[in-house]
Amino acid sequence: MSTHHISVTINDASYEGDIDSRTLLVHWIRDTLRLTGTHIGCDTTSCGACTILVDGKATKSCTMFAVQADGRQLMTVEGLEQQDKIHPLQEGFHEEHALQCGYCTPGMMMTSLALLQRNPNPTEHEIRVGISGNLCRCTGYVNIVKAIQFAAEKMQAAEEIPVSAG
Amino acid sequence: MIPGTFDYLAAHSVNEAVALLDRHGEGAKVLAGGQSLIPLLRFRLASPTILIDINRIDGLEYLHEMNGTLHIGALTRESELDNSSLIRERYPILFETSTVVADPVVRNWATVGGNIAHADPANDHPATMLAMGARIVAVGPESERILPVEEFFTDVPFETTLRPNELLTEIRVPAPVHGSGGAYLKLERKVGDYAIAGVAAYITLDNNGNVSYAGIGLTNVGQAPIKARDAEQALLGKQLNDAGIHQAADLAAAAAQPLSDTRGPAEYKRDMVRTLTVRALRKALARATGGE
Amino acid sequence: MATEVHAHGLGEAYKRKEDARFIRGQGNYVDDVQLPGMLYGDIVRSPYGHALIKNIDISEALKVPGVLAVITGKDLDAAGLAWMPTLSADTEAVLALDRVHYQMQEVAFVVATNRYAAADGVAAVDVDYEPLPVLVDPKKALDPDAPLLRPDKKDKQPTNQIYHWETGEREATEAAFAEAELNGVVVRQEMFIPRIHPAPIETCGCVADFHKATGKLTVWMTSQAPHAHRTLFAIVAGLPEHRIRIISPDIGGGFGNKVPIYPGYVCAVVASITTGKPVKWIEDRTENLSSTGFGRDYHIKAEVAAGKDGNVQALRVHTLADHGAFDAAAQPTKFPAGLFHICTGSYDFKNAFVEVDAVHTNKAPGGIAYRCSFRVTEASYLIERIMDSLAREVGKDPAQLRLQNFIKPEAFPYRSALNWTYDSGDYEAALLLAMKNVDYEGLRREQAEKRVRGELMGIGISSFTEIVGAGPGKHFDIAGIEMFDSCEIRVHPTGKALARIGVQTQGQGHETTFAQIIAAELGMSPDDIDVEHGDTDTAPYGLGTYASRSTPVAGAATALAARKVRDKAKKIAAYLLEVGEEDLEWEPGRFYVKGTPGKGKTIQELAFAAYTNCPPYLEPGLEAVNYYDPPNLTYPFGSYICVVDIDRGTGEVHIRRFMAVDDCGTIINPMVVEGQIHGGLTQGLAPAMYEEISYDEDGNIHGGNFQDYLIPTSMETPHWETDKTCTPSPHHPIGAKGVGESPTVGAPQAIANAVVDALSHVGVRHIDIPITPWKVWNILKEKGLTSD
Repeated sequence: MSTHHISVTINDASYEGDIDSRTLLVHWIRDTLRLTGTHIGCDTTSCGACTILVDGKATKSCTMFAVQADGRQLMTVEGLEQQDKIHPLQEGFHEEHALQCGYCTPGMMMTSLALLQRNPNPTEHEIRVGISGNLCRCTGYVNIVKAIQFAAEKMQAAEEIPVSAG
Repeated sequence: MIPGTFDYLAAHSVNEAVALLDRHGEGAKVLAGGQSLIPLLRFRLASPTILIDINRIDGLEYLHEMNGTLHIGALTRESELDNSSLIRERYPILFETSTVVADPVVRNWATVGGNIAHADPANDHPATMLAMGARIVAVGPESERILPVEEFFTDVPFETTLRPNELLTEIRVPAPVHGSGGAYLKLERKVGDYAIAGVAAYITLDNNGNVSYAGIGLTNVGQAPIKARDAEQALLGKQLNDAGIHQAADLAAAAAQPLSDTRGPAEYKRDMVRTLTVRALRKALARATGGE
Repeated sequence: MATEVHAHGLGEAYKRKEDARFIRGQGNYVDDVQLPGMLYGDIVRSPYGHALIKNIDISEALKVPGVLAVITGKDLDAAGLAWMPTLSADTEAVLALDRVHYQMQEVAFVVATNRYAAADGVAAVDVDYEPLPVLVDPKKALDPDAPLLRPDKKDKQPTNQIYHWETGEREATEAAFAEAELNGVVVRQEMFIPRIHPAPIETCGCVADFHKATGKLTVWMTSQAPHAHRTLFAIVAGLPEHRIRIISPDIGGGFGNKVPIYPGYVCAVVASITTGKPVKWIEDRTENLSSTGFGRDYHIKAEVAAGKDGNVQALRVHTLADHGAFDAAAQPTKFPAGLFHICTGSYDFKNAFVEVDAVHTNKAPGGIAYRCSFRVTEASYLIERIMDSLAREVGKDPAQLRLQNFIKPEAFPYRSALNWTYDSGDYEAALLLAMKNVDYEGLRREQAEKRVRGELMGIGISSFTEIVGAGPGKHFDIAGIEMFDSCEIRVHPTGKALARIGVQTQGQGHETTFAQIIAAELGMSPDDIDVEHGDTDTAPYGLGTYASRSTPVAGAATALAARKVRDKAKKIAAYLLEVGEEDLEWEPGRFYVKGTPGKGKTIQELAFAAYTNCPPYLEPGLEAVNYYDPPNLTYPFGSYICVVDIDRGTGEVHIRRFMAVDDCGTIINPMVVEGQIHGGLTQGLAPAMYEEISYDEDGNIHGGNFQDYLIPTSMETPHWETDKTCTPSPHHPIGAKGVGESPTVGAPQAIANAVVDALSHVGVRHIDIPITPWKVWNILKEKGLTSD
C-alpha cells in the first residue's frame, strides 16, 4: 500500500499529513485532524452526514480518499462561523428548529451552503431536491426547508446592502 | 466499511493514465468520480492492486456541441449536465437522465464516463446513450477507437469491450435535428435508488411525420442495458400514433429480461417497461413536434 | 387537578439552548471521543443464518500489523460472559460459542491500534462453519420438524415458543362474537406488520475505559438509559456499581435502538479491562441494521364483533410475534408484549381478548423499538385498520363509524376492556377538527367525482390513543428496576440553577424543555437554568428516555422538585419578610406579602439568602430532589387524515395532503412539539410505504444497508400539516402527557387506510405495509384498473 504526503486547506487553514492511500477523507478529517463536526452515518454513500465542500462542491467525504484532497480547498461545518459570527444557515437552523439530535446537521448545512451559492433564491421544490442526498431521521425536513429559506433571505438581504460610501 | 489495501497513483494526462493501465493490467482500476468504485472498495467487493486517479487530468470535463455532435468529456460531472442550459434546452433526455442519477451530492463527483464505463445494468446513462445512438471514444497506448455504444456493452454485467489498457475519454451524442425529441423516465422506489425500471426513448420524424429514427433503451431490467430493437423497428417508417406507441411498448416489454428482487417482481418490472415506454414515447413525440 | 399554564416558561416556543454546539459541529458524540492510547474494536460476524462453529482460526488475524488481540466466545465463557441476560428474561450470546443463530451474529472481537487494522483483522479471522437448516418463517417455528433454535435453554423451553401471553375476558368475548354472528356483524382481518429498524443516523457504539489503578470503569455509550445500563453492567459483569460510570454524551438519535445492551459494548468493556487501555467500538450501518434491536414483526389476526349499526361490542386478537434468535425486546418485564393491549384504542369495546404467541427464528434479536411506545404502534395499526373494515362492512363512512364508537369525554377516567385506565381524552373534538381542516365533506365529493372519471383518490383516517409515561413502579420495571424518574435542582447563590434529570435526550430537546418546566415553577428565565443528564456519576437515578416517558415521568419529577425549591424559598421569604408563610402570595419570580405587593423578595434574593442569611431552623442552601413514581400512565391521542392519489400506470401512491391533529395535554414548548410530530410522521410514513427488513429462506437479510433500507428523503416526505387540541392529564403535575411517539403510532394506518379507501369501491379491504407500487399495481391489474 502506498503512502502519500498531502497538503490540504480546510476552512482557510493549512494542514499536512502522511496518509495511506486507502484512508478515507472523512476519517482523516475526524480522527487525525480532530475536526469532528463532520459525521459518519452509513456505509453506502446514502446518508450525507459526512458532507463537506471540496473546491466548493458538496462532497460525501466518506466516498473520497484523503489523498484525493491533496492541494484542494475544503470547507467543513467548523468553517461556517467567521469571526465569532454565525452563518445565516446556522442562524436559520436555530431559528426554525431545523435540528433535533444534531447529527445530520453539519452535512445538511454544507449541502445547503453549496445549494444557496449556486441558487440564491430556491423554491421549496428546489430545496427539497437539493437536500435529497442528506437523510434526517428527526425533523421530517419541514423545518430544514424553512431554515434554508431563512438563510436564503438573509444572504440576499446582505448582498443587497450597498457597500458603504466613504 | 474500511477498504482493503491498494496502491494509488494520480495521472495528469490521458497518455499517462493509459500507460499506467497498460503497465498494471487487470490489477488496475480507474478512479474517476469514485461514487460507484469507492463503495465497492469499502465493502471489499473489488480488490484492485492499484487505483489510477484520473481526476487530475485537465481537459476531460467539457460539454460542447460542434458540427452536429455533442461532445461530452468522460470526466464531466453529472451535476454539470444538471446545471447546463445547453443540456436542459437541447438535450432534455440527457437532463432527465443526469438528474436521476443517485442524489445531488453524489452527482457533484459522479461522471458521465464512469456511469457508462462501470457498466452496471442499473446505471441510467447507458439506456439513454443506446437510445440516442451515441459513440464512445476509447484511447489506448497505440490508438484511439470510436465505437457505437451498442458495441461497448456486452451481455455480462460490469463488462464492456473497453480493453484493460484503454481509457474512455469522450462520449459523442448526435445533436438534435428538426423533428427529433427524446425522454428518459425512471421509476424508482425513492430518490437516490437505482431504477425499478427505466426507459429512454428518442425519435426523429421526417417531413411527412413518419418515424425516421427510433431509439429505445432499457435500464435495470436485464443483465446489461438493453436496446429494444424490435420496438425500434416497429416504429420506423410510420406515423407515430397511440396505437404504434402501444405496439412498441409491448415489444419493449418483451425485450426486457427482469429478475424479481427487492425492487419488485419481474412481471411488474416488465409491465413498467411497457408503461414507461408509452409515457416516454409520448413525451418524445411532444418534444419532436414542438409540443413541449 | 387541572393545572394552570404559567406565564413564563410553559407554552413558549423557546429557541433551543442545545443548538449552540450542534450548529457549530461541536457536539460530543461517542465517536468524537478520543483518549490517549485508545484501541479500536471490530467484530467478526456470521455470514450464515444458522450454523455450527467448528473452529475459529485467529492466527492470521494476529499477524495483521496493529492487531493486539482477538477475543472469542471461549475467552468470554471463561469469565462467564459468553451469554448475557436480555431485558426480556432471555439470554443472548455475546460472542457465539458453538453455533450462530442469525446472519451477522457476533463471533469474535478484534482489538487493534487503529480502525483500519481492526477491519483487516476481522477480514483475516477464519471461521469454519457447518450450516444448519434455517428457520425464517415464524408460522413454521412450531412445526414438529422445525429445527430447535435454542438448545441452550431446551430444558426450560423445549420448542421454539418463547411465551404465550393473554389478557382480557376470553369467555365473555367469545359470547359477544357468537351473538354478533347471529344478530350483528363480525369483521376479520389478517395483517402482517413487517420488521423495521429505527436506524438513527448515528449508529451504536462506545468507548470503554477501565483504569486498573482506580478500578473505575467509564463507558461513553450510545445509551438511552445510562443508569439502568450501569446497574446491568454491575450485575452481569460483577463489577462494583459505584466504580462504573456511564456517560451518554450527545446522542445522534435513538428511537429505541439504543436501549438494549449489545455484544459490542460488553466486548469493548472486556477488552479494556484486559488491556488496561480505552477501547472504542463503533458499529457501521450494515451492522446496525442487521444485528441491533428491530421493531414490529407481528403477524396479527384481528376480529371485531359489532351490531349491524356498527356499534362495537368485542375485539379479539391473536398475534404471532417473531423475536428473532434471542428475545431481546426492551419493555417492562411484566409485559412481554409491551402495551399491545391498548388495542381497543379510542373505542368503547365492552369485551376484548388478546393472545400473543412469541417464537424464535433465525433472525436478529429484539422486538420492541422504533418509536413504538412498547408495541403501541402495532396495537393502533390493527384497530384503526379493522375499524375501517367494519365501516365498509356496515356501509358507513369511516369518520362516522369512529365518531359513533369513540369513548365519550364524560367517560374519563375510562377503564378499558383490557384494564387500562385512560386519564383523559376528547377524541371527537380531535377528529372533527381534522375533518374541518381538510374539508372532509369536500374531499368525499371530490372522490366521488373522480371515481366517475376513473381517477383513484383515497382519504384515510387514524384516530389513535397512545399510552405512555411508563410507569407506576408496582407494575412497570426494566430488568426489575421500577420505572420512576427523577430530577435534582440546585440553585446557586447568584440565582442561577443547575438541574440534573434521570432521562436522556437523543434530540428531544430536554436541555430546553426541562429548563422551561423549572422556569415556569420558579419564575426564572430558562436561560438561568442549565439542565444536564447522561452522566451516571452526577445525575439522579432514572430509567432513561424511550416510550415517550420523559415528560410524563421526569417532567413530573422536575415540576415537583422545583416546587420543593419554591416551598423552601417561601420559608426563607417568610423569615426575611417577618411574616407567616400563610401571609405570602406568589407571582412568577417572587413572593410578596398579601395586600402589600411592594413588600416582597425575588427568587434570586431568596437564593442568595439561602447561603448568606439562612433561617437558623433551616438547612442552608437551596436545592431539592424528587423521585417520581407516577400514579398512572398518560394517554395522548389524536386524529390524522391522509389524502392520496394513485397512479394507475405504475401503482405509485402520492400523498397529496396529511393533516395531523395531536393532543398531548399541556404543551411545554410548541416548537419542540411540532418538530417531534414532523419527525414522527416521517417515521410513520416510512414503514407505511418504504422500509422493510426481510430474510430469504437461506437466512440472508434484505434491507441491511441504506441502499436497500429505504429511509425517506426530503422528496418522499410530504409537507406535514399540524394542529392541536389540549386535554390535560388530570394526574400530571403540569397536565402534560408526552408526544414523541404519537405520530409514529398514528400515521402508518392513516396512509394505509387512504390507499385502501382509494380502492374500496372495487372491494379492496386491506393491503399489507409497506405499500409498494407493485402491491398496488397487482390490485389494479386484478381489478382491471390499470392504465397508462
